[in-house]
Amino acid sequence: MAFESWQAFIEMGGYGFYVWLAFGISFAAIAVLVINGFGARVKLQREFIKQQQRQQRLAQRKKEVS
Amino acid sequence: MWRWLHPYAKPETVYHLLGRWLPWVAGTATLMLAAGMVWGLAFAPADYQQGDSYRIIFVHVPTAMLSMSLYVGLALSALIGRVWQLKMADWALSAIAPVGLTFTFISLVTGAIWGKPMWGTWWEWDARLTSQLILLFLYIGVLALYHAFSDNRSGAKAAGILAMVGVINIPIIRYSVEWWNTLHQGSTLTVFERPPMANSMLVPLLVSILGFSLLAASLIFQRMRNEILRQELRRPWVKQELAELATQQPAMKEQS
Repeated sequence: MAFESWQAFIEMGGYGFYVWLAFGISFAAIAVLVINGFGARVKLQREFIKQQQRQQRLAQRKKEVS
Repeated sequence: MWRWLHPYAKPETVYHLLGRWLPWVAGTATLMLAAGMVWGLAFAPADYQQGDSYRIIFVHVPTAMLSMSLYVGLALSALIGRVWQLKMADWALSAIAPVGLTFTFISLVTGAIWGKPMWGTWWEWDARLTSQLILLFLYIGVLALYHAFSDNRSGAKAAGILAMVGVINIPIIRYSVEWWNTLHQGSTLTVFERPPMANSMLVPLLVSILGFSLLAASLIFQRMRNEILRQELRRPWVKQELAELATQQPAMKEQS
């Protein structure tokens, strides 16, 4: 260990603000990218389900008319 | 001779192949990154000149390196897309660009945060910093062009040409610290000589670089799979795939 206590670890020899800010922003940016990737997939699935339901409704209406 | 490669040109095959690799690559990336970050933050010794502020290196250098190599990958897929008219190369372009953009952003921001205590300024219009900022704009441009056309092929074409022209910026970034007098320090890692860094710092840095590379790979796999589904939405195999996923998540069905 390069640090003697938790306190010293958080303080980073006086550079705590800079070190943790840099790591925090990096983590947040990557988190956004990961969530965005999963979100795109969920969106595709939702669109697909909607499209299917629309087709089913159309088919039913056609049956009712005829 | 290249016959065995042909099945891999099928989007369906690539989709499933990436799906099989994704959990392993992402898992290894998470482990490597956790190890590299903990090692770099808590166990590597402080620098004799920069104290503990140098620990930013464990995100700054891997993301900066990858921002450049990802751009080369982007330009190569653009080239393949243009020369051999391979659709999937164009899709790879759109999968790589957001990852490269994020890594470029991280390298710029962590660099600025590191610069404040060490150089006394967040930003300086010096060669290394400015050329890296141009890289950010190139990524934004490629992404914007790719999505700017309703016809996907025109978008891919325009984005690909910008990507290929932009490659000129990569050697400029790489050698900017040698060609010009800059505030930025020289390269941390050198390929042909032993890097001028103690092993106690070098090894966690290499672990972080490996971790970030695997992270980039898994993010690209994820985005490539999404893009394949999006482009092939009308194909029966995609419909089947999405229908299966929908039955696995009944809660989502009720929502919509």
